Amino acid sequence: MNITLKIWRQKNKDDKGGFVKYQLDNVSTEMTFLEMLDYLNEKLVHEDNDEPVAFDSDCREGICGACGLYINGRPNGPQEGVTTCQLTMSAFKDGDTITVEPWRSKSFPVMKDLVVDRTAFDKLIEAGGYISVNTGAAPEANSIPVKKQNADRAFDAGICIGCGTCVASCKNASAMLFVSAKISQLALLPQGKVEAKERARNLVKTMDELGFGNCSNTGACEAECPKDIKLTNIARLNREYYKAY
Amino acid sequence: MAKLDSKIPEGPLSEKWTKHQASIKLVNPANKKKLDIIVVGAGAAGSSAAASLAELGYNVKVFVFQDSSRRAHSIASQGGINATKNYKNDSDSDFRLFYDMIKGGDFRAREANVYRAAEISNNIIDQYVAQGVPFAREYSGYLSNRSFGGVQVSRTFYAQGQTGQQCTLAAYQALARQIKAGKAKMYARRDMLDLVTIDGKARGIITRNLVNGEIERHGAHAVVLATGGFGTVYYLSTLAINSNGSAALAAYKKGALMANPSMAQIHPTCVPVLNDYQSKLTLMSESLRNDGRVWVPKEKGDKRPASEIKEEERDYYLERKYPAFGNLVPRDVASRAAKERCDEGYGVGETGLAVYLDFRDAINNQGKETIKAKYGNLFDLYKKVTSIDPYEEPMRIYPASHYTMGGLWVDYNLMTTIPGLYAIGEANFSDHGANRLGASSLMQCSGDGYFILPVTIGDFLADEIRTPKIETDTPEFEKAEKEAKDKINRLMSVNGKQSPTSFHKRLGLILWTYSGMKRNEEGLKKALAEIKELKEEFWKDVKVAGKADDMNHELEKAARIADFFDLATLIVTDALDRKESCGAHFREEYQTEEGEPQRDDKNFSYVSAWEYKGEDEEPELYKEKLKFEFVTPIQRSYK
Repeated sequence: MNITLKIWRQKNKDDKGGFVKYQLDNVSTEMTFLEMLDYLNEKLVHEDNDEPVAFDSDCREGICGACGLYINGRPNGPQEGVTTCQLTMSAFKDGDTITVEPWRSKSFPVMKDLVVDRTAFDKLIEAGGYISVNTGAAPEANSIPVKKQNADRAFDAGICIGCGTCVASCKNASAMLFVSAKISQLALLPQGKVEAKERARNLVKTMDELGFGNCSNTGACEAECPKDIKLTNIARLNREYYKAY
Repeated sequence: MAKLDSKIPEGPLSEKWTKHQASIKLVNPANKKKLDIIVVGAGAAGSSAAASLAELGYNVKVFVFQDSSRRAHSIASQGGINATKNYKNDSDSDFRLFYDMIKGGDFRAREANVYRAAEISNNIIDQYVAQGVPFAREYSGYLSNRSFGGVQVSRTFYAQGQTGQQCTLAAYQALARQIKAGKAKMYARRDMLDLVTIDGKARGIITRNLVNGEIERHGAHAVVLATGGFGTVYYLSTLAINSNGSAALAAYKKGALMANPSMAQIHPTCVPVLNDYQSKLTLMSESLRNDGRVWVPKEKGDKRPASEIKEEERDYYLERKYPAFGNLVPRDVASRAAKERCDEGYGVGETGLAVYLDFRDAINNQGKETIKAKYGNLFDLYKKVTSIDPYEEPMRIYPASHYTMGGLWVDYNLMTTIPGLYAIGEANFSDHGANRLGASSLMQCSGDGYFILPVTIGDFLADEIRTPKIETDTPEFEKAEKEAKDKINRLMSVNGKQSPTSFHKRLGLILWTYSGMKRNEEGLKKALAEIKELKEEFWKDVKVAGKADDMNHELEKAARIADFFDLATLIVTDALDRKESCGAHFREEYQTEEGEPQRDDKNFSYVSAWEYKGEDEEPELYKEKLKFEFVTPIQRSYK
């Protein structure tokens, strides 16, 4: 099929940036979205003597969280429950115009084209998204029984891949879903309860300092999250936060 | 041969590590504060090492090419992590795990290292549980286990199909805590271009800042490489597309020996190649073979849908050929068997390069919900990639490049032949011999990072407490920086016509064809010649778009591919030298009547360690003779 791409091009973080249109022919529906961009880049470089479009990606199987693009106004495009690398071109049809933008959030500044800086997520984890146990100080694993239900819920929250879809989809650019996933995982486990109050306080404070917006319960983050992280985590974060004061 | 001192402690197997720890040199806490350590790569091995070293008081600098160390490819490890807890009361023990790994590796690994890996496996589980890893649990609240290929006990701890993600994030979080405490500093989006040695010791690295292209110098008292494996040399692999072998190759070129480079694992259960555009292959965890049955039609070229092929028309070839282990034979055996069936014309799917992995019986026996609880996310992943629903139809799978057992040669302290340079995790060669068993990579990475390196690095650093901070305005750094810049400039100035990726594809095809699951002398020699030609063509005709002083993914790719030529040459050279079959290294000339690998213990019971002798020169081979004091090498049998 033949498609038209409208892609955000921006030289560096200080550049104003803007959309550039590209016509791309002979796109296969079997390609993933990122393979389609690889194909575009190959064409740009070798036929048009142009600079390739910069975008992040690594594992290309939906687990590392490196990719993530705003496609036709939706994070990760029109398919449900996928990261951008898992999106396939079968979601589009011949003649489509596809608009591709980077994540848009003050806390994720654009570095080049579609590449954004998500170190704010690392800063959040550094603020207390861990259990303070030094290597060697752990007790025997089965000395801490954990209710299966809680272990499963902790897992469901712990599978967040830190891609930033939640922030990108939120009208307030809030990081509540990301923060609440980590808070939930650790608060649900007995090992994590010791530092629960400090953790909730520090993560929320840091979230504000980093310029993320607040949550107004729209639920776009849950709807768009490729890993199906639930809003109930935000409820749990709020509860943990209230308990912390 | 003085070069290869493995430093294996004397004494009984089960006492070696304890004795070694008790006799190793120590660095007192006040002195640790004065010592800097560079860690390159921060997956399960690098993050756990960096965090543990920082906890001890060292100053740690961490370098990763990703935007965050949480994205390192350990994150994609699926099935689990082994430990000898014996929670199942099924007679597991350190010795059994050790023996399974030694045998699984076809008697080409070091006894002492492997035993230590088994010995500390329980501490790793304790550590991860304390850090909040949500491993699978029974309704009692206690930890659950499952079994994995090549073994007959259930010793694998798991978090659905995302065990690697959960463990890697726990290590990442431990490191985040040390970054917050100011003991570790993260340098993200950096490629290591070279290693700097001063007076023969590793003292720093040269990096390229991937945001602005700046070439940087970083000094330290010791350097740790935790840069993973180089399975991407085959182009299509289960690795992340940016995984590479450049740091290891840089160390090799600075004098570190490369061990067993030809020992590359082709994983049996991956989503098959679907089309020419494909940029990577997706792994389907080995754990699926616990309940999935592998089969092909008995009739050649039978193209009917699986559901129409009756039970008696199906060939469950693994169960047929290996009744004792059935679908749970080790990876090398399963991969070769799949290739053999497909080469004979029994393969399924459009390309005929696939076999079925079928859950029909498991779903009938255990119910869909049970199967969903065990493998739900893997089934979802499979469906996303292929649009086939594995609850309804069998999965189609085929082998793909996955893991490198070979890597930098290290002694018992995990130090390479360059004093002060360490290699941990997949980057070293030490624990998996000629074939790695499932769920033992996370185990080895974490063991190296949390429990071994933090102890053994003291042996070197104890003599460095009088060495002042390593300054980078020295001739050694200057020279290394200049060489790195020259290479970049050379790449940028070729200005040919072909893309870096097109060369990578061609290189991968050469290796896959001649140095993949089956190898022979004629093919390997052909591969050597073809790689050489392709390398020459690359340096004449590659086109690297963009600028050197800017974010430039094409340049990153080109630099890595330039190194892959040299790695590929080393892989093939090693495969040619080893005139025997063992584990994943299958030389067609050396096989038993039944088509199994035929080892030659008399002549090849050694670790090959290659020394760099200059650009396009033949490397020199050193042999570390393997001594088996505690087990007797036997012909591996899974029948």
